Amino acid sequence: MNKVLMQGNKIIGEAAIRAGCRFYAGYPITPQNEIPEYMAERLREVEGGVFIQSESEVAAIHMVIGASAAGARSMTSSSSPGISLKQEGISSLAACELPAVIVNMMRGGPGLGNISPSQGDYFQATRGGGHGDYRVIVLGPDSAQELADLTMDAFDLADRYRTPVMILADGMMGQMMEPVIFKTPKPRAYPESFIMKGAGAGKSKIIRGLILDPLDMEEHNWTLDRKYQVIARKETRHELYKADDAELILVAYGTGARIAKGAIKRLRESGLRVGLFRPITLWPFPTNELRDLAKKIENFLVFEMSTGQMVEDVRLAIQGRARIGFHGRPGGVVPTPVELANVVMRKYDRKEGIIDHY
Amino acid sequence: MMVKTIFSGFGGQGVLMMGYSLAHGAMSAGYNVTFLPAYGAEVRGGTANCTVAVSDDEIASPIASEPDYIVVLNTPSLYTFQNRMAPGGALFLNSSIIAVEPSRHDVRIFKIPSSEMAEKLGNPRTANTVMMGAFLKITGLVPPDIYLRSMETVMGSKKKSVIEINRKAFAAGHEFLKIAE
Repeated sequence: MNKVLMQGNKIIGEAAIRAGCRFYAGYPITPQNEIPEYMAERLREVEGGVFIQSESEVAAIHMVIGASAAGARSMTSSSSPGISLKQEGISSLAACELPAVIVNMMRGGPGLGNISPSQGDYFQATRGGGHGDYRVIVLGPDSAQELADLTMDAFDLADRYRTPVMILADGMMGQMMEPVIFKTPKPRAYPESFIMKGAGAGKSKIIRGLILDPLDMEEHNWTLDRKYQVIARKETRHELYKADDAELILVAYGTGARIAKGAIKRLRESGLRVGLFRPITLWPFPTNELRDLAKKIENFLVFEMSTGQMVEDVRLAIQGRARIGFHGRPGGVVPTPVELANVVMRKYDRKEGIIDHY
Repeated sequence: MMVKTIFSGFGGQGVLMMGYSLAHGAMSAGYNVTFLPAYGAEVRGGTANCTVAVSDDEIASPIASEPDYIVVLNTPSLYTFQNRMAPGGALFLNSSIIAVEPSRHDVRIFKIPSSEMAEKLGNPRTANTVMMGAFLKITGLVPPDIYLRSMETVMGSKKKSVIEINRKAFAAGHEFLKIAE
């Protein structure tokens, strides 16, 4: 296997192509412009590839709906404000049970915000994002290698559950170059019966989210909910890092988790036994795994590049079984591992545990 | 071991190429690496910079709040980054363009007239490669032969003559500090 040095955004593009993505539509926005740039080049080279720079984000996501219904592995990407615009279409994908991959390279917000790395879109991503009763599978990579692996997995998950999957990263993940090895993707297993390709001699098919009869709509909602329950049971992923002997666990994802690992290294050098719990699937959140950890560890500190969003899922998981503290840097600020280590020293006392806990 | 370097200069001076080729070289030499460019709303004639982290351990943050080395090709870059450097670090500056003296006295300073040297070699655009020769001579981060192979790889399909002149530029930078020392 060849190790190559590649930029995060381009890694997503290459992994998507290798996974069989043959349709991409998007509208430019920093810090993810290299994704459409790369897809424009590569989709030209592969058979059946279609690239469209759409007139807007709303148009792009609706083109993805069409391409997905027609059977193509489809993807769109944007950054925070652009993802807000796509929510109507993401809701439609969920309603119509269509697979698609959506990449959000988060930037500082709200509003147009800035172009710096941030984690302020956690709520939007993990709670569905658009209107209606639905969820989106959300993957939070923390390295170039995971960008590649999770992009390929995203297409498989989208197909398996016929649901939109979001890759939630940020400007740093998108812009950074790191060595990466592309794994061999699994062959696509998507039943022909779901694909719209003309009725021919068979029965006509309708894919729609408009279900006017409330009883039918209720049944559709429960059908979706049962699917989400299966996903929650079978697809949660997380990483434990130096947690075996830990007296304190940091909880962080994506870029935040990398900073946390750097902080943990420093804290351990000064004798504090700190570990990391890193959710890889943000929805479904690894609730049970975190709760199990709280049976033996009393202190948790959540670190996010936001004012505190994932911390709510941590509280829901731990349910008062342990003390939970929080440190956040919103707005596009990327703190250093040294800063986070200092915060841990300030907020954690061996005798008292986490100070200022929830 | 964890070494972080910031490369900075005018857009067009080949600053990102320096960082990219170093990161590729260090990867080929078996290290963990990250390369992080400054991105976004840049202006023509403005400053470009990138950060390269090289480590034999996992790299937590690709950002350098306190770089060990800085390589600056123009004066604004010197002003921007010299005060961030870790004490005892090394500062490499393009003395063809930077006329001012660095304010730091707790770091090693290497002045390389890289623009003039590149011009003498026949291609002023190789000033960045001259700097890389000097940089690797002092830091020893990547053996020259591995670096040069990486340089060729990242230059991709460029003409053989371009590769050749860059090899010469690298050697000139490497030799320059040998003579200066």
